Amino acid sequence: MYDTIIIGGGPAGLAAAVKAKKLGLKVLLLDENEFLGGILPQCIHPGFGLHYFKEELTGPEFAHRFIREINELNIEHYTNAYVLEIENYSDLEKKVVFSSPEGVKEVWGKTIIYAAGARERHAFEIGIVGDRVAGIYTAGEAQTLMDIYGVMPGKEVVIVGSGDVGLIMARRFALEGAKVKAVIELMPYPGGLARNVMILRDFEIPLYLSHKVVEVRGRKRVEKVKVVKVDENLKEIPGSEFWIECDTLLISAGLIPNVKLLKKIGAQIDPLNGGPIVNEFLETTIPGIFVAGNALLINDLVDYVAEQGELAALGAKEFIENQGILSRKWIELKRGSNVRILAPHYISGERDVYIYARVSRPMENVRVTFPEIEKELRLPVVKPSEMLRIKLKAEEIQKAEEEITMEVGKGEV
Amino acid sequence: MKTRVAIIGAGISGASIARVLSKYENLEVHLIEKNADVGWGVSKANTALIHGGYDDDPEKYPVRAKLCIKGNRLWHEWVKELEIPHIWNGALIVALRDEDFKELEELLERGRKNGVPEMRIVDKEELFHLEPNLNPEALGGLWVPIVGQIGPIPAVIAIVENAVANGVKLHLETEVRGIKVEGGEVKGVETNNGFIEADIIINAAGLYADEISRMVGVEDFEIHPRKGEYWIFDDDIPGPRRVLFPTPTPKSKGVVVTTEISGHLMIGPNAQDLPKEEKENLATTREGLEEVWKKAKELWPNLPPRSKVIRTFAGLRPEPTGGDFIIRAEKEVWGFINVAGIRSPGLTSAPAIAYEVRDIIKRDLGIKLVEKKKWNPYRKDITHFFMLSKEKANELVKQNPSYGKIVCKCNHVSEGDILEAIERMKLIGVKTPSIDSIKVRTKATSGTCQGSFCRVRIARILAREYGVDLWNVTLKGKGSEIGIGDVKVLLRGDVE
Ligand SMILES: Cc1cc2nc3c(=O)[nH]c(=O)nc-3n(C[C@H](O)[C@H](O)[C@H](O)COP(=O)(O)OP(=O)(O)OC[C@H]3O[C@@H](n4cnc5c(N)ncnc54)[C@H](O)[C@@H]3O)c2cc1C
Repeated sequence: MYDTIIIGGGPAGLAAAVKAKKLGLKVLLLDENEFLGGILPQCIHPGFGLHYFKEELTGPEFAHRFIREINELNIEHYTNAYVLEIENYSDLEKKVVFSSPEGVKEVWGKTIIYAAGARERHAFEIGIVGDRVAGIYTAGEAQTLMDIYGVMPGKEVVIVGSGDVGLIMARRFALEGAKVKAVIELMPYPGGLARNVMILRDFEIPLYLSHKVVEVRGRKRVEKVKVVKVDENLKEIPGSEFWIECDTLLISAGLIPNVKLLKKIGAQIDPLNGGPIVNEFLETTIPGIFVAGNALLINDLVDYVAEQGELAALGAKEFIENQGILSRKWIELKRGSNVRILAPHYISGERDVYIYARVSRPMENVRVTFPEIEKELRLPVVKPSEMLRIKLKAEEIQKAEEEITMEVGKGEV
Repeated sequence: MKTRVAIIGAGISGASIARVLSKYENLEVHLIEKNADVGWGVSKANTALIHGGYDDDPEKYPVRAKLCIKGNRLWHEWVKELEIPHIWNGALIVALRDEDFKELEELLERGRKNGVPEMRIVDKEELFHLEPNLNPEALGGLWVPIVGQIGPIPAVIAIVENAVANGVKLHLETEVRGIKVEGGEVKGVETNNGFIEADIIINAAGLYADEISRMVGVEDFEIHPRKGEYWIFDDDIPGPRRVLFPTPTPKSKGVVVTTEISGHLMIGPNAQDLPKEEKENLATTREGLEEVWKKAKELWPNLPPRSKVIRTFAGLRPEPTGGDFIIRAEKEVWGFINVAGIRSPGLTSAPAIAYEVRDIIKRDLGIKLVEKKKWNPYRKDITHFFMLSKEKANELVKQNPSYGKIVCKCNHVSEGDILEAIERMKLIGVKTPSIDSIKVRTKATSGTCQGSFCRVRIARILAREYGVDLWNVTLKGKGSEIGIGDVKVLLRGDVE
């Protein structure tokens, strides 16, 4: 019987494994890929670890630091191990069934840390019609092809979505000599971090805000895509259509937490985050099952992902010691105006917590308020692309009766 | 001396004909297909239903009316012999208005004439017993228990594998470009891969059957494409237990709501006539898809949000002049048999079409057929990891660890499944490695993520097993390669 079984060997799972081991737990780490690291090995650009390691690393470097620790600490782990099923027998008995080249195996744990990451939205999910031909890739798929297997997908590229992944892939294609013909963004503002938006200027790549790709045409491979402008309600403006010739369409239209296994056993899902409802230890509504990283909510920085992994490990320890995450009462954290996603959902006031949140629309000169506890902070800007991480102190939380609302509004009253 | 038979087109029609003709000692059967794999024509994209044989008017469409029900009965045997994925879940033709019952009575009457005694009209109570989540305003329906669903391309593959095992020669990536006729008799077909001699030529070329027929001078019909579009939803969306039809109109059987055999809610098709030149136009359209959505909602009001759509696709029905199947030996050219205009219910009718062609060969061409002593009716499906018990899986993994490696997460397809698929592909002669060949054999890439995780993994396995560079693996045959070269190809200037 393991103290904790960690599902997923990306940054969240790796950090959780290292932390749990250091806390003295008996740990098993499972990952379906041939190698540990999750999506990090394919992210060969810098920008990882500034908060966590206080230095700027690439994805593989960031992963390597953790993997080294996994080995040094002799943490038991399997790669090529795909979890088929989780069963929740009782609070301290959980079964994980996984498939591996050694067979279909069952392992038992007192707790589970679910860190299975996210999947990318694909062309059909964003309503693109037309021909189903070669040359359409999700951004991560193209990244895997280029940066792990050394394959060039195409030479004239249109990218859907100006989030960080889309922008980084724009640079990646440009660096290899491809022509990035356009980045198409549905919203009136770019979706990525400011430092990534700069890429477009560096490589003279046109960005079309308030536009969407609606159709693909081609015989065997993409030949052109149809773009249309949208108004402030995201409705298409008739007559604004135009075609761009290209051989490659990259879809970078956001990620969705990968929570099918959790849903199957009844974990409650937050429809706006896409991930499960959790308390301050990132425990789901199923006692003893914790979640971290992009399976919890889509993060923009790997540092937060690692932090969540560690928090989940602390939770697992707490859970085992006290036979549950105990709290006299749970205070609900609620979304107020301009707060689109928020976690955790329940906090106790017994300890300080970090809350993670994203706004729905950008705003300058901002007041973030928690009226029930009379807390307020000011920020120069907020953007949907940048996750807010705010510390609430235990004594602040204790001021609340039943709920605390987070509001994001204009600075001047 | 054997009679050489060339069948043009490895769709469900050509494949079924090949299988039936493989039973005879004195025939040498060649199955010719221009695509890289079998079943990629009309047979690839359709509603996948084994219809009940009740709605074709025997006065207007006698061939369809006769072969549909015969085909349905044969499929009940063939799916077992060939291990084709199937479900016999029955269909409900739903009445939403009082007037609809008049049409249902007519269908019932026609069904009786066509030889379908199993049907009956059900009242509201029984209707909701059979299908609890139907539009609550439905009034009643026609219940046809013999309707079922199969995997159409898996069916073509199974039939071809069995035919090849019984001696049929499959020629892939071989396009028929001309037909040699001498002294009023066929002599063979000209292809991009050379001349193939034949005493009998069977034209089962789907959308192109009119063009093939024209090659021997028979020009009294044309094939028009009629597009149908579909939506498929994620597998956690509950769908109906039965196949749900609206009460039909003269042009089409209407938009169907069904749970297809791999468990996904599917809605479609509409019917849009395209100009004759657009036989390759398989693009989905906004208008078509919206029409399907609206009509499906009448039967199934609880359609999920659009974000739960995992795929849309379109198919083209080969609509012949006159509307009926054209299955006949052409008198002007001895040895030329048309199997043309095989529109819906062609999938259902295919086994019956095959026996019809055999009878034509005996009756109209006067060829005596000698049965083989050792004809093998059986074919085994490949392993599907997702269908195995834990014990069975472990047994397999012990022999071969690749069965324990999951490649497609959404549908639990293992590397072992994929290796078996590749072995089968090689056995029938698939030369160009493609992801679609794996998809239709294993279900990999057809789940929630639509291959964004596993396409690359599958491509790597294909590249390794076929000994080609990773970028030369195709999505669906030549011209659809997944890459253009290694990452430095553009900088080196190897690609213009
Ligand atoms: C939208 C839609 C829904 C349908 N729903 C149903 C249903 O639910 N139930 C049902 O029973 N039927 C249905 N059908 C009908 C059914 O799909 C067809 O009748 C059937 O698939 C036709 O098969 P085929 O073998 O005749 O044609 P195809 O599958 O098109 O086979 C012909 C083959 O010939 C090849 N070929 C063409 N020209 C050449 C050449 N020159 N040289 C070499 N090869 C060539 C093509 O590549 C192709 O593979 C539907 C059809 C559509 C389009």
